[in-house]
Amino acid sequence: MIERRPLLTVVRHVVLIGGVALVMFPVYIAFVASTLSFQEVLHVPMRLWPGDHLLENYAAVIAHGSSQGSSAPVGTMMVNSLVMALVIAIGKIAISVISAFAMVYFRFPLRQTFFWMIFITLMLPVEVRILPTYQVAAQLKLVDTYAGLTLPLIASATATFLFRQFFLTIPDEYAEAARIDGAGPMRFFWDVVLPLSRTNIAALFVIMFIYGWNQYLWPLLVTTQESMYVTVIGIKRMIPGGDAAAEWHLVMATAILAMLPPALVVLLMQRWFVRGLVETEK
Amino acid sequence: MAALELRDVKKSYGSNAVVHGVSMNIDKGEFVVMVGPSGCGKSTLLRMVAGLEEITGGQIAIDGRVVNDIEPKDRDIAMVFQNYALYPHMSVYDNMAYGLKIRGMPKGEIDTRVRDAAKILELTALLERKPRQLSGGQRQRVAMGRAIVRHPKVFLFDEPLSNLDAKLRVQMRLELQRLHRRLGVTSLYVTHDQVEAMTLGQRIVVMNAGRAEQIGTPAEIYARPATTFVATFIGSPPMNLLQATADSSGATLALDGAAIRLPQPVPAAAGKAVQFGVRPENLQLGGNALEMEVEMVESLGADHLVHGRIGGQTLIVRAGPDANPQIGSRIPVGFEVSAAHWYDATTGARIAR
Repeated sequence: MIERRPLLTVVRHVVLIGGVALVMFPVYIAFVASTLSFQEVLHVPMRLWPGDHLLENYAAVIAHGSSQGSSAPVGTMMVNSLVMALVIAIGKIAISVISAFAMVYFRFPLRQTFFWMIFITLMLPVEVRILPTYQVAAQLKLVDTYAGLTLPLIASATATFLFRQFFLTIPDEYAEAARIDGAGPMRFFWDVVLPLSRTNIAALFVIMFIYGWNQYLWPLLVTTQESMYVTVIGIKRMIPGGDAAAEWHLVMATAILAMLPPALVVLLMQRWFVRGLVETEK
Repeated sequence: MAALELRDVKKSYGSNAVVHGVSMNIDKGEFVVMVGPSGCGKSTLLRMVAGLEEITGGQIAIDGRVVNDIEPKDRDIAMVFQNYALYPHMSVYDNMAYGLKIRGMPKGEIDTRVRDAAKILELTALLERKPRQLSGGQRQRVAMGRAIVRHPKVFLFDEPLSNLDAKLRVQMRLELQRLHRRLGVTSLYVTHDQVEAMTLGQRIVVMNAGRAEQIGTPAEIYARPATTFVATFIGSPPMNLLQATADSSGATLALDGAAIRLPQPVPAAAGKAVQFGVRPENLQLGGNALEMEVEMVESLGADHLVHGRIGGQTLIVRAGPDANPQIGSRIPVGFEVSAAHWYDATTGARIAR
């Protein structure tokens, strides 16, 4: 029985609203800033209600970028970010799901060794191996290409590990029934394992997409031309060092634009995301 | 040429031998049940026939063809699993059609076969449902449907009724019998439930610790169990087995100080240490063969099970509903010698009468 304690309900709501306000307030401020003109945004203190330059700012930034610092059109950068995030997300999932399948359903020499090797690479973040990776990418002429942006980040130990754990929970009887039905390993993978992994794949897609979208250090190293920059780099570059005033209203517009696709992906996949992490399909 | 032959089939995991040389011939259309306690090797044997386990020694032949090294899909068998193993994301129709689809059968023929099987199993209304929307009994029928559409030479059943509740089990047992009568496919059925074995099997294989202790019809196994294991495994309540020594004429048994007077002398047991077996239903209250002290009476409604003690050993007598012995009283019990079974005290093997 759920006790009805009015005081507790009030406290609960206060805490929740407080938490939401704490997280959303900066985003709100950024949004307001993106709707102001240059003068209004530099005014101290900045006003807290939206102005009327919304369309103007966004159009300007998508087409021309900022006039201070980088002038790359944010539209191009968004496309680059999108390509990078999609290729990384899809690539990571594709590679991990098939590696996990091999590790769980096949017996081959050194199987355990390979698993541990993959597991250990989990402990190496991108930043640790970034110099050797850059060297290899440069030698293979991958600088300033989509391949260079995505390939070095495309193997994922996390996803492999997660899929392996999931595959271990699939009852052996399915594989045996499929074997008797005449399905070879790849047929079994395609017809049975993949459909059962649907919710896991959706959940991982969200995580990997956001990961790919937010990459900063690696794209910074591997791209030198403005046409190949990604959005997060664009935001940074719009803020000139030194004494020049940044066009904060345009910077904030870019920041809001940068937040939109990941938010959209999470919202759309929301249902599958929670199901994928929690559900046991029997 | 038998439909399914097991020739001295052995199985070991490393140095651990699990199945010790089982041989049997199953005729076309025969329904054979392998029964035994957990760990006796019956499922392992079934899986070797299916091709899901490697055969360590001996041969398995289906329709005369040795299948030791042949993949399960090419052995012309179909299996029904204990946990049904229905693909959860596919509809009932797709589950049944999967094996046929992989073989490249034309859609029309697949449809005919699936619908025919669905009609036999009364699944026609459920064809578009997913397994999680079905009850246990319905899922089991779908699993059987998946096996039927393959038109295999041999059906293999791995304890298919174990996951069902008691009432459903009785229902499905009858359905299985009906199905077998209608389709007449050679079937090998594994269970630990001796009631299923006795009711379903045309022949039973009683297995214990990797060996087939006896192969025979239910009547043979019940009337003439070959070993003490078979004697106590089949029949509920189990056969009474008393350790005793027969005197030199084979007319009396000495049992922990007490004596059992045999209605007729049994020369075959004379002078030996034996295990003397009589089923509870073959013992009668009254008679003058032995005297037992009543310890407990269980009332089953139609019968009473009277638990008693003779010497240091326990005994169960199945008595009619009117019997009402007092607990603690000593009552006489009698039996027919023809209903008694004689086993060697050490090996448990049957002594010829």
